[in-house]
Amino acid sequence: MQSRLLQFRPEGIYCVQGKFYIDPWMPVDKAIITHGHSDHARAGMNDYLCHHLTTPILKIRLGDISVQGIEYGETVDINGVKLSLHPAGHIIGAAQVRMEYKGRVAVVSGDYKVQHDGLTTPIEIVKCHEFVSESTFALPVYNWASVEEQNRQLRSWVQNNQAIGKTSVLIGYALGKAQRIMKALEGLGPLNVHYSIAKLNDAYEAAGVRLPDYHTVDLNTDLKTIENGILIVPPSLVDTNLLRKVPHRAEAICSGWMQVRGARRWRAADAGFAISDHADWNGLLQVIKGTQAEQVYVTHGQTAVFEKYLNEIGIPTKAVKTVFGEEEIQELS
Amino acid sequence: MKEFAILINALDSTNKTGLKQEAIETFLAKAPDEDKLWFLALFTGKRPKRKVSTTLLKQWAIEIAGIPAWLFQESYAAVGDLGETISLILPEPVQYKEQPLAVWMEQIKLLELMTEPEKKQYVINAWQNLPHTERFIFNKLLGGSFRVGIAAKSLINAIAGYYKMEASAVAHTIMGEWHPDQVTFDALINGEHIQSHRSKPYPFCLAYALDKELSELGMEGLWQAEYKWDGIRAQLIKRGGEVFIWSRGEELITDQFPEIKDALLLIDGNFVIDGELLVHKDEIVQNFSELQKRLNRKNISRKMLQDLPVVLFAYDLLEWENADWRAKQLSERRQQLEHLFIHNSSHGLRLSPVIHFSDWEELALIRETARLQNSEGLMLKQKESPYHSGRKRGDWWKWKIDPLTLDAVLIYAQKGSGRRSGYYTDYTFAVKDGENLVTIAKAYSGLTDKEIQEVSRFVNNNALEKFGPVRTVKPELVFELAFEGISFSNRHKSGVALRFPRILRWRRDKTVNDIDDIESIKQLIR
Ligand SMILES: [Zn+2]
Ligand SMILES: [Zn+2]
Repeated sequence: MQSRLLQFRPEGIYCVQGKFYIDPWMPVDKAIITHGHSDHARAGMNDYLCHHLTTPILKIRLGDISVQGIEYGETVDINGVKLSLHPAGHIIGAAQVRMEYKGRVAVVSGDYKVQHDGLTTPIEIVKCHEFVSESTFALPVYNWASVEEQNRQLRSWVQNNQAIGKTSVLIGYALGKAQRIMKALEGLGPLNVHYSIAKLNDAYEAAGVRLPDYHTVDLNTDLKTIENGILIVPPSLVDTNLLRKVPHRAEAICSGWMQVRGARRWRAADAGFAISDHADWNGLLQVIKGTQAEQVYVTHGQTAVFEKYLNEIGIPTKAVKTVFGEEEIQELS
Repeated sequence: MKEFAILINALDSTNKTGLKQEAIETFLAKAPDEDKLWFLALFTGKRPKRKVSTTLLKQWAIEIAGIPAWLFQESYAAVGDLGETISLILPEPVQYKEQPLAVWMEQIKLLELMTEPEKKQYVINAWQNLPHTERFIFNKLLGGSFRVGIAAKSLINAIAGYYKMEASAVAHTIMGEWHPDQVTFDALINGEHIQSHRSKPYPFCLAYALDKELSELGMEGLWQAEYKWDGIRAQLIKRGGEVFIWSRGEELITDQFPEIKDALLLIDGNFVIDGELLVHKDEIVQNFSELQKRLNRKNISRKMLQDLPVVLFAYDLLEWENADWRAKQLSERRQQLEHLFIHNSSHGLRLSPVIHFSDWEELALIRETARLQNSEGLMLKQKESPYHSGRKRGDWWKWKIDPLTLDAVLIYAQKGSGRRSGYYTDYTFAVKDGENLVTIAKAYSGLTDKEIQEVSRFVNNNALEKFGPVRTVKPELVFELAFEGISFSNRHKSGVALRFPRILRWRRDKTVNDIDDIESIKQLIR
C-alpha cells in the first residue's frame, strides 16, 4: 500500500512528503491557504501560497507577507509533491488543494459549495484517494433553495420594505456573502455598504469581477442618505448602538443557519435568509461521492454525525479536530 | 395558505411589535375572509385535535427522506421541532398546490374518518405539494399543536387599527366563545356572536416593574399599596346568576375552583372582580407550589378541597350591576368592592388588604418582609387611576422583592427546542451535596450571544457524548442563578424546587469549589 499523504498535526493539516501545511493555525514555515476567511488564513507563517485572487485579501488582512499566487490548474513542485489548486466555489479565490506523490492523490477542500452564485468560479470535483471535507451543514435539514429562488425572496423582502418606508439592513459576512447580496439586489436602488465591505469589494473588482455600483457609508455621519434605502453591513454590527441609530430599519440575516425557524427567532433579526457559501447536505454528499476517495476526513461542523453516516453508506471516514469553522459563528455575532 | 405562511414567517422572525403588527395588517388586507377567521381561531386555541400521531408522521418522513432513524433524531435535536424537522428533511415539493387555509382545515378534520393507509396517502401528497413554511404549518395543524407567535395585545391592536375599532371591543369579541364553523369573519369582528354571552371578560390591567425612586412618585397619599400575590390572577364574573372564572391566559377555569364558584353564587348582585386565587390555610397564604397541585386536574377531590383550600383575594371591581366601572377612580371602585365584601362575608372570598403606611421609607421596610407572607413584593396603584386595558406605564407599578440567588455549576447542556443549531442554549446546573453534586435547576436565558458562543465552545470541547441532544460536561463553569421562590419537592432529586430560575451572570471569578451547598439552600425555605 502507498503511504498516506496527509497527517493531522497540532499545527494543522500536514503534507508529509511535501513538508508543508494547509490552512495551519500555528506558525509554520510553509502554508498553503485555501481561501481568505480568517479561520483558514492566519498570520505568522514564513511563506504563503494561495490562488492569485486570494493574494490581495491576505495582504489586506495580514499585512506585508511573503506570498506566491498561482492560477487554478497550475502545477507547482514542492519537495517532489505536485501541487495544484482547483476551484472550491466558496468565495472568490477559494481553492481545493490537490497534492500528488507517486500516483497517490490527496485533496484538501477548505470550504466549498456546489451552487453557482454568479460571482465565484464554480467548484470542480477532483478525483482523489484522500479527501478532506468540511461539514458545517452536514445534517439533512440543510438543503438550500436555488440561487434564483434565494435572490427572489431577498428582493421581494427589500421591495416590501421600500413599499412601507423601511430601510432594509442586510447582514452578511464581509467577504463573499456581502458581494452576493449586492449582486442579488442590483437594480433595486442605491446600495450602501459599510466600509469594511467596501475594502473587500476592491479585491473582487481587482480580480475583474464586476459588482453593482455602491456607496461606502459611515454610520456615524451618513444616516440621512440611507433612509428608506438599502444598507449592507457585516455581522459584527448586529446589536450595536451604531446600527440602532438607523431609523425605520428592518434587519435580515443572510446565513445558512437561517434555514431553521428557531435560529431566525432566536437571532432577534426581523428576517432570516438561508443563503450560504457552504455546501448543503446534498451538496456535501455529491462532492464526496464524486471524488471517489477511499478515505475521507471530515473537519469543522457536524463531524461526529457525518462520520457515522458516511461510514454507514460505505465511505470510510474519520472525523478530525481542527480549529476551522469560526467564520460562520463570527458571521452571526 | 400562502398569505398565512408569509404571516407566520414574519411573526416568527421579528421581535419588534411594530413589524409584527404590519405583518398582520398585510395579512388582513390580502387573505380571504375564511383564512382570517381560521387565523383568529388558531390564535385563540380553537385548534382541532391531533389527527395523526407524531410517531406515524415521523415514520413516513424517514421513509420518504431515505435516511436512518438515528439521523432523523440528530436533525430533530438540532431543529428542536418535529413538524419543522419533517418539513426540512423531505425532498423539494414537485409542485405548489395553493389552497386556502380554511380548505386545509376542512380536509384535516375529515382525516378522522380515514383508515391509516388513506391518511398516509393524503399526508404524503400534501408534503409533495407544499413548500417548507406551508409544510411546517400543515404538520403543526395535523399534530394539533399550532401556536401563533404574537401577544394577544399586539394582535388585538393590529386588528383594531386596521378596522378602525376600539381595542377593547376587539378583545371582547375575540376572547369570547365562538367557533369558526358557526360565524363569519365579519360577524366575529363586529361582535354579533357575543350579544347573548354573559361570560365575556375584560382585558386585565397590568403593571410595569417600578423603574424609578419612590420619591419620584410624588405624595405618598396619592398611592394605594397592596401585596403582590403569587397565585393565579383571575377575573371573576357574575352576570344573571351565572359565574365565570377567567385566568389571565384567557382560559375559563371556573370548574377548577368549585369552592370559589359556590361562594360567588351566594353573593348578591352582578359584578366583575379582578383578584388572585391562592391556597390559604390557617390564615396564611401558601407557597405557589401548593396551588400548583390543584391545577390542570380533571376532578377536584373532596380531599383536595380540604387539604388545599383556595381563597380569592379581591383587588378591584370592574363592573357593578352591568355598568362598566373601569373609567372610575380606583378609590371609588375599591370602596364599592369593600362594601360588597362586607355585606357578603364568606370564608373563600377576601379583600386583598391595603397596606397602610405613612411614608415611603416605612413602605420599603414592609416590602423587605413580603416574602414572610409568601408574597412577591408590593403593588403601587395611583388612587385616581382608571382600570386600564393591558399594560400602561405610570398608574400601576409592581415593586418586587429582589430575587434570591445561588451559585451553581453547569453539568448538562442541550441544544434547546427551537434554538440555534450549533449552539447550546439550555443548561442544567448543580450545587454541592456534601462531596457530590446534585441537580438544582434548568435555565434557558440570561446570557449574551457572545457568552452562549463561549459556553458552546466549552461544551464542544468538554462533552462526554457525541450524539443526541444532551451533553454532559466537566463541572467547571460557575453561574449565579436568580429565582423567585423555593419549596420542598419530592419530584426533584435535590429535594427542592426553584421558581423561575434564570441565569443572572457568569461567575468567571468562581470555581466549582465556591458553589453553594444544598443544605444551606434549604435554609431559604420558609
Ligand atoms: Zn470560509
Ligand atoms: Zn471554514
